[in-house]
Amino acid sequence: MSKIFNWDLILPNGTPVDTSSPASSSSLLNRLQLDDDLDGETRDLFVTVDDPKKHVSTMETYITYRVCTKTTRTEFDLPEYTVRRRYQDFDWLRNKLEESQPTHLIPPLPEKFVMKGVVDRFSEEFVETRRKALDKFLKRVADHPVLSFNEHFNAFLSAKDLNKRQGLALLTKMGESVKYVTGGYKLRARPVEFAAMGDYLDLFTQKLGTIDRIAQRIIKEQSEFLMELREYGPVYSSWSSFEEDLHDPLEGVSGCVSNCSSALEELTEDMSEDFLPVLREYVLYIESMKNVLKKRDQVQAEYETKLEAVVFREDKKTPVPTDVEKCQDRVECFNADLKADWDRWENNKRQDFRQLLTGMADKNIQYYEKCLAAWESLIPVLQDKQEAEGETS
Amino acid sequence: IQQDYTALPVDAASEGTNPVPDSLWRRYSEFELLRNYLLVTYPFSVVPPLPEKRAEFVWHKLSADNMDPDFVERRRVGLENFLLRVASHPDLSSDKIFYSFLTEENGWKETVFETGFQAKADSRLKALNATFRVKNPDKRFAEMKHYGDELQSVISQLLRVRARAADRLYGVYKVHGNYGRVFSEWSAIEKEMGDGLQSAGHHMDAYAASVDDILEEEEHYADQLKEYLFYADALRAVCRKHELTQYELEMAAQDLTSKKQQREELATGTIRTFSLKGMTSKLFGQETPEQREAKVKMLETQIEEGEELVKERNTECEEFVKSAWVDIERFKEQKDHDLREALISYAIMQISMCKKGIQVWNNAKECFSKM
Repeated sequence: MSKIFNWDLILPNGTPVDTSSPASSSSLLNRLQLDDDLDGETRDLFVTVDDPKKHVSTMETYITYRVCTKTTRTEFDLPEYTVRRRYQDFDWLRNKLEESQPTHLIPPLPEKFVMKGVVDRFSEEFVETRRKALDKFLKRVADHPVLSFNEHFNAFLSAKDLNKRQGLALLTKMGESVKYVTGGYKLRARPVEFAAMGDYLDLFTQKLGTIDRIAQRIIKEQSEFLMELREYGPVYSSWSSFEEDLHDPLEGVSGCVSNCSSALEELTEDMSEDFLPVLREYVLYIESMKNVLKKRDQVQAEYETKLEAVVFREDKKTPVPTDVEKCQDRVECFNADLKADWDRWENNKRQDFRQLLTGMADKNIQYYEKCLAAWESLIPVLQDKQEAEGETS
Repeated sequence: IQQDYTALPVDAASEGTNPVPDSLWRRYSEFELLRNYLLVTYPFSVVPPLPEKRAEFVWHKLSADNMDPDFVERRRVGLENFLLRVASHPDLSSDKIFYSFLTEENGWKETVFETGFQAKADSRLKALNATFRVKNPDKRFAEMKHYGDELQSVISQLLRVRARAADRLYGVYKVHGNYGRVFSEWSAIEKEMGDGLQSAGHHMDAYAASVDDILEEEEHYADQLKEYLFYADALRAVCRKHELTQYELEMAAQDLTSKKQQREELATGTIRTFSLKGMTSKLFGQETPEQREAKVKMLETQIEEGEELVKERNTECEEFVKSAWVDIERFKEQKDHDLREALISYAIMQISMCKKGIQVWNNAKECFSKM
């Protein structure tokens, strides 16, 4: 039976109707593997990023991270690997993944550029924040049913020296998943679910932006409060210097305020280092996702245009040229990949934000607990004389 | 014009058969009058201070407006506190003018002026405002005065910084309220995450709102500090009055010494000190023996009077020192006790604030974990 090119069947929901084409079988496989992976039971690839080290050469100074891999997959020659990689290498990997898997959502990397003088690229805090983000990145790729089988990913994890020119040779083997034409085609109607994705991403970016601004404002207010506290505490100290009976209580209050100041400083630093970067990563992530959505639109537009041209010219009895068939496959594949990745993304997003916000709550709780402990330990110092007086009176 | 309502149980002053009214109206200016009267009548007492007439050390939310109901209420409490302080003072509490302040609504002002304290007050004020230097300052009083200066300075600084810190703290809490709004908006575009976000948002709103109560309580602590800021002034006033007493004694003694010297000169006929009279008499001839005798007689009277005055002033000084020092010791103990109590309640306030913070963030955390 020949394929029925019914606009309604293909355009509104984007799910492939015909599952007999070779391209579609991979998307079927996708869906099966995806369910397994979401359960987290069939993991056979484990990756970690740790042990940052500074390298100083005559030309430059940079940090490398240790990447450890444990796997039972046959695609790897050995069951374990340990390599050292720098940020550049991660960046290379992500670019390669974007190029070779354009229908998929590639997880984000931490920001590439940092303003010199504003942030110390070699400070413990900065390096640790980066390490965590890089670790998350690799884990996401490793958990992805399609991306984790990518050759570049394999090379990244296993090669002694990452020959970044390797990509070119492999690229020609990629087959149909390689180059998607972009630009020039006009889309008739975006399927509802992809339109919804786009709308959601726009709104979500807005909200993230607002949250970023609020967080920054809070950090600013807290810093100014901290400044006042740093002046406030010592006044009690100078007061205690000309008191007798009240010397210890006043000195105690001064110490307490000082402890609270330190706790507040920690809170502010944590929010700056852990909270804000993650928000910003998501904003970048969403941008790359919107690009993927645009590409999808383009693929669909190309297909529609080519199909229209054919239908226009020939009558309905002529078989459809393979060229147009290929386009249809591409659309179906893209839509399937994207939908599966979208579900995966939604899940990850939920986890990420649950973790992020819970972390924010935790830091605030820790701050208050530190202050509470300081003030509670002060009470006996303040009451001390009174108890003694009670005994003598 | 503000009227301050005071209703104090006057069971301490149970003399008098007149029915004592439960409450009466007094204006701030009448409180000021009472205090001025006490200052003059009991110069050796550390007289309790009045609360501030105008709001100072305000942070931005508190209006510096004297008509603001919160300020008026706090001032009312301060005035009540003033009366309680006076009522519990060993010397001041039994004062008749104080008693009638509490019991006689009408004609109290006239009663005060009838005591004639105003004249005494004016002359005292004049003398105190003049610059004078004591030859042998009493070390204890000098130290006390210095302490008063330092106390005033440090409490002023403390109140200023505290007000600025309160301002900042207000900002921190209130900005969190914005989370409430954005979480609410965000929850509208989410499916599973929506509920958790929405409820967390409510907790952020509650957190933002909690700062109002926190800062109101802290204002109470600030008021306690302010009382001692003004008390420091009262302490310095006592020291200054002692100085004046000392000075007047020294002046009287000096005067007596010079008169005695003059008598000696006249008696022996030697002029030891240069005087214009001496020179003129040299130039224009000596005085007659009769004239000299009259002068000597006058000096004798003056010396007698002078000796009485010195004795008087000496006693005055000694009594002043005795009474003042008793009250200063009493004040020291009261200050140590009160400020310690104030610090304890401040610490308790901070503890309560921390506990509230922990609770709110735990609530929010629970909501987040359900996302």
